[in-house]
Amino acid sequence: MDLQLILFILLSAVAIISALGVVFSKNPVSSVLCLIVTFIAIAGHYILLNAQFLAVVHIIVYTGAIMVLFLFVIMLMNLNADIEPQKRNWMKYAGVISGGVMFLVLLAAVRDANMPALSTTSTDIGLIENLGKTLFTTYVVPFEISSILFLSAMVGAVIIGKKD
Amino acid sequence: MINLVWLVPLLPLLGFLVNGLGRKVLSKGLVGVIGSGTVLAGFVVSLLIFLEVRTEGFNQQIVHLFDFISVGSLKIPFAFQVDRLSALFLLVITGVGSLIHIYSTSYMHDESNEGFARYFAYLNLFVFSMLLLVLGANYVMMFIGWEGVGLCSYLLIGFWFKNPAYNKAANKAFIMNRIGDLGFLLGIFLMITQFGSVSFNDVFSQVPALGSNAGVLVAIAMLLFVGAMGKSAQLPLYTWLPDAMAGPTPVSALIHAATMVTAGIYMIARSNVIYTLAPSIQMVVAIVGLATAVFAASIALKQNDIKKVLAYSTVSQLGYMFLALGVGAYTAAVFHVMTHAFFKALLFLGSGSVIHAMGGEQDIRKMGGLKKYMPITNITFLIGCLAIAGIPGFAGFFSKDEILANAFVSSPVFYAVGLFGALMTAFYMFRLYYMTFSGTFRGTHEQEHHLHESPAAITFPLIVLAILSIVGGWVGMPEVFHVKNFLAAYLAPIFAPSAPYLHEHHLSHSMEWILMGISTVLVIVMIFWARAKYVAWKDEGVENTGLAKVLENKWYVDELYDAIIVKPLYSLSKFFQDGIEKSGIDALVNGVGKGVQWGSQQIRLLQSGQVGFYIFAMVIGMIVLLLISLFI
Amino acid sequence: MPIQYYIFLSIALFCIGIMGVLMRRNAIIIFMCIEMMLNAVNLLLVSFSKMWADAGRVDAGSAQIFVFFIMVVAAAEVAVGLAIIVMMYRNSHSVDVNLLSRLKN
Repeated sequence: MDLQLILFILLSAVAIISALGVVFSKNPVSSVLCLIVTFIAIAGHYILLNAQFLAVVHIIVYTGAIMVLFLFVIMLMNLNADIEPQKRNWMKYAGVISGGVMFLVLLAAVRDANMPALSTTSTDIGLIENLGKTLFTTYVVPFEISSILFLSAMVGAVIIGKKD
Repeated sequence: MINLVWLVPLLPLLGFLVNGLGRKVLSKGLVGVIGSGTVLAGFVVSLLIFLEVRTEGFNQQIVHLFDFISVGSLKIPFAFQVDRLSALFLLVITGVGSLIHIYSTSYMHDESNEGFARYFAYLNLFVFSMLLLVLGANYVMMFIGWEGVGLCSYLLIGFWFKNPAYNKAANKAFIMNRIGDLGFLLGIFLMITQFGSVSFNDVFSQVPALGSNAGVLVAIAMLLFVGAMGKSAQLPLYTWLPDAMAGPTPVSALIHAATMVTAGIYMIARSNVIYTLAPSIQMVVAIVGLATAVFAASIALKQNDIKKVLAYSTVSQLGYMFLALGVGAYTAAVFHVMTHAFFKALLFLGSGSVIHAMGGEQDIRKMGGLKKYMPITNITFLIGCLAIAGIPGFAGFFSKDEILANAFVSSPVFYAVGLFGALMTAFYMFRLYYMTFSGTFRGTHEQEHHLHESPAAITFPLIVLAILSIVGGWVGMPEVFHVKNFLAAYLAPIFAPSAPYLHEHHLSHSMEWILMGISTVLVIVMIFWARAKYVAWKDEGVENTGLAKVLENKWYVDELYDAIIVKPLYSLSKFFQDGIEKSGIDALVNGVGKGVQWGSQQIRLLQSGQVGFYIFAMVIGMIVLLLISLFI
Repeated sequence: MPIQYYIFLSIALFCIGIMGVLMRRNAIIIFMCIEMMLNAVNLLLVSFSKMWADAGRVDAGSAQIFVFFIMVVAAAEVAVGLAIIVMMYRNSHSVDVNLLSRLKN
């Protein structure tokens, strides 16, 4: 058992347990905190996969910005108490069952796939220099378009959130 | 000159376009000049072509204008074939056509400006189609003209379209023609599969290789003959022609006597090789022609409408032409087409003159004694009657005699029946003549006051046609008169391909004299009988009984067709409408609609509006899709 | 280390996200589950990027660029989505998606 596998199992366990926590915790605030843990675990996976820059961006964007936004909204609305009425349990069972079936089907779909194993040697594909070159040469047009998307999302958010 | 043959059909086409498009602005005089002028110019060109064609040793010429259809190996050019047959028909069509155009300028003068131009446009279009029919160098071109004349016939019969009876007559003509046209079309298709070409030259050169009475040849000949039956009003498709008298009288003269109905004759004469090599069908042609000749003549005996009598006489004369074709006397058939065009146009135009003078009255029981009011019409009409009856010296005599002589060669029975029909012809024509022109006037006072000779535009064509009805027959005098038969020599190259297959046995001259003598004497007897019976006829209001009643009602053929074809068709349609349409198709269609409506009302309940449920459905769908892609 | 491990992990996270979306009625939690599903996909993309980089492909970095774009879209989505949730809360004082059943009519 090498170090990578140990780290993988550790990070995966953290990610899955905290993901379950997101779904099953009754308090929205703890859901958010569980999700942050999940994201950090995923960032760890990124580092394992030689995507260092991505890991950093991931932590900054998700954990730093998006999750804070969630938390902010929850605090703002004072939703920290569990307000969901616990009726209609069949919906929950249906959700669990269909999610599990989905999981099994997907597992069955990829189980027999024959794919190469990942090597333990590191690659420099995830370095900021290489990513920057790719982003600003091959993908410069989608990059610019995504900036427009961002702008419009921003305008949309402001308009929707405005008190009329 | 022959390379300019396209001018002949083009001129009437131009006339049609100018008159048709400018019908609201052109004056009547201008329309008349354009309408008649274009046909007259066509006649001049035809005459020049004819002079060139009739020279010794002339071979047919194909004037290729452009490729009309080119599909795979099948090439159908838009080409004109100039030979002795088409040149002769050109002459007849444009000649008689221009006379009738001139006549029409006066006859149709009471029409409104627009109607007048419309009439001339149709007439020009008709002449164009007919010229296309006779000039075409292949069967498809012929079919275009064939359909064109059918269309014009429809338009002109229904010219006074405000009268529903006339519209019905037009529909009848169109539908009857369509039945025949289907046969023609099938014949063309068969020809394409068999010979890979529809051009006359290709087909006729390949036909002899098939041998006599080959199955496919018989089929082609029969199908083409069905087409000819429709167009040339033979049994059993003749009923449209008498009804077609609904159109203006010059139209009856042009279309239903002189030109269009002879299209069938032209087609068979043109395809003479096919028919000569299919003797069984030739026999059918002869029998149908003979039956039609006698049948129509018997109906004409008791008709009282001046145009109906002439219409049935046309059907009867067409029957004689088919008899001639059937016994292999192609020259005689074409000869009769020509003479018939002259005297039948003359008779129709004369009857038009009478109707004009009578203020639209067509019933001969209300006429009589017109001799003294309309001398020119009287004389020309008499000449026409003599010609059709077959008095020696007049055109009809020579052509009819030639047909009967050829029929005698084929079978004496044909001759006897044919002669019987000819005698009836003489009788009913002179019944018509005497009831119309002699005796005392039987119409109202008002009509009597109005009686007058027609203007020059009407009498001029009558005189010209009367002269032609006399001299027109002289070109084809039989050899017994010790003169050269111009027409036979002229047409010989056309019918040369079928000559080797025909059984030539000539009548002796004495036999020919005897036959001629018998028919002449009997015809004169019939004429005097008719004179004795009808010269001073009075309307006594006696109802016809027995056979006469049957004849007056045209053997109840229309009623018969009504009972065996129209009525069952109606009830079948009614069954389809009520049974199949309403309870079958409608029920199915409405049922589908109702089912969908009901189903969607049930499915609508699924739209609970709850987002959770929608997502759930989506996930289930994804799972199902994955399962399908995984296991199937 | 077989790449299947990463695929299994991604599937697990993705299905947990689906479960959350189906089970919960709180709009914010549903939103977070969607973010989790997006991240499962991102993880898969990055692991495939590594796989192709091991195989010597020079353009293996494209997968990571896609991850960037997904992040961009997710961020935009969150901005708009949270604005909608705020408005919804302002109107009905609840974030229960089952109250949003006006589509029914």
